[in-house]
Amino acid sequence: MTYIGIIITFVFINNFILTQFLGLCPFIGVSKNVESAVGMGFAVTFVMSIAALATWAIQNFILIPMNIEFLQTITFILMIAALVQFVEMFIQKSSPALYKALGIYLPLITTNCAVLGIALISVRSNYNAIESFVAGIAAGLGFLLAIVLMSTIREKLDSEWVPAPLRGTPIAFITGGLMALAFMAFDKALLNNLIG
Amino acid sequence: MIDRVIYAFLSVGILGGLLGLALAYAAKIFAVKKDARVGELEENLPGINCGACGYPGCAGYAEAIVLEDAEMTLCSPGGPDVAAKIGEIMGVEVSVSGEKMVAQVMCRGTRETSKTKYEYDGVEDCNAMHSSFGGDKTCPYGCLGLGSCIKVCPVDAITKTDAGYLVIDRDLCIACGKCIDVCPTGVIKMIPYNAKDIVACNSTDKGGLVRKYCSVGCIGCKICDKKSPEGGFVIENFLATIDYSADGNRAEAIEACPAKCIIDLDAVE
Repeated sequence: MTYIGIIITFVFINNFILTQFLGLCPFIGVSKNVESAVGMGFAVTFVMSIAALATWAIQNFILIPMNIEFLQTITFILMIAALVQFVEMFIQKSSPALYKALGIYLPLITTNCAVLGIALISVRSNYNAIESFVAGIAAGLGFLLAIVLMSTIREKLDSEWVPAPLRGTPIAFITGGLMALAFMAFDKALLNNLIG
Repeated sequence: MIDRVIYAFLSVGILGGLLGLALAYAAKIFAVKKDARVGELEENLPGINCGACGYPGCAGYAEAIVLEDAEMTLCSPGGPDVAAKIGEIMGVEVSVSGEKMVAQVMCRGTRETSKTKYEYDGVEDCNAMHSSFGGDKTCPYGCLGLGSCIKVCPVDAITKTDAGYLVIDRDLCIACGKCIDVCPTGVIKMIPYNAKDIVACNSTDKGGLVRKYCSVGCIGCKICDKKSPEGGFVIENFLATIDYSADGNRAEAIEACPAKCIIDLDAVE
């Protein structure tokens, strides 16, 4: 039951983009078409889930035994950076088209606050290994959900008339704001009603 | 206390080292074969990433040449030399016609010489100023002087003189055309590198009107053409321009020009 709770929490209630406002850079930057949005979503999901697991291991096997938890941020960043590099190499090899579509945003996952966010949040919530992993996947899926919704809206917006000063990024931000308002409907009460 | 320092040092150091090794190994497994010509082309391009070719930087252009059969003559900063080198690498004969061009600001009107119609107190940006009634100058064609071109110039070839007008150093200019794109009044024009003189005015208003708002504007009086018929002066729409295929001496025209807007570039710089 806790896993379902974690999944619903991170996909809907604490959606990283629309509720916590983490990782907005790729959210705005790669949401111009659905295909690259899906690619980015899965890349972030992959990085987040592995990062959550890896940082949990670092926290519990290195930082806590040595009593150096104050190094959380720097070691987590180190781990995430290495992971992202790995994902980048993997995608470049397996899917050059996706690699091109993601462009600069793929290396930017390195400094994506959403990834560091999930690492720190699962450590702070005292999750165990599996819970961290699930939280990572759920947060990534939340990101995927938000960016895919956004990209479909933006594809529709492309064929609509938009006032000149608002074209491009400004209308994307407004759209994102309205989506965030909609996501406020998901809250703790909903979770309690659903699973008691 | 000291053991925490050592632990911190060791844990971050070892972690970083291990991750580095893992990545180095992964880089070997996932290595993507690149066309060797891309690297070679990149080395021969100027490497200033000005974007004049229309591709994202020199690396992007090098890739486009190999993968997308892009034109080989798009690098204006490199000029004929680089185009020939590119052709050599790609195994194609590339001939570049035309001489080297540079950009120049065709206006020497400052706030002292040209009348202003209002007091501008906004952002230091020509396009921002131009959006309010076409700038504070009464002359709608001239240089607004806020230096948007200075900001976009990738090689810092444009400077503002003490008098307040802008000049482009032809030895530094790489002809990327960014200043021309950013300039709202279109006062920056391409001229041959060898051009000795310019008519520093862009106004196509009638002489009488120009005289009212600018003391250094061309009034289209045709005296230059009369004094130096060999100089290649062409007067159209009350504005003199120089046809640079003519190479006569223009000293007399410079002397006689009532607005003194024919500038000998060598004398100024």
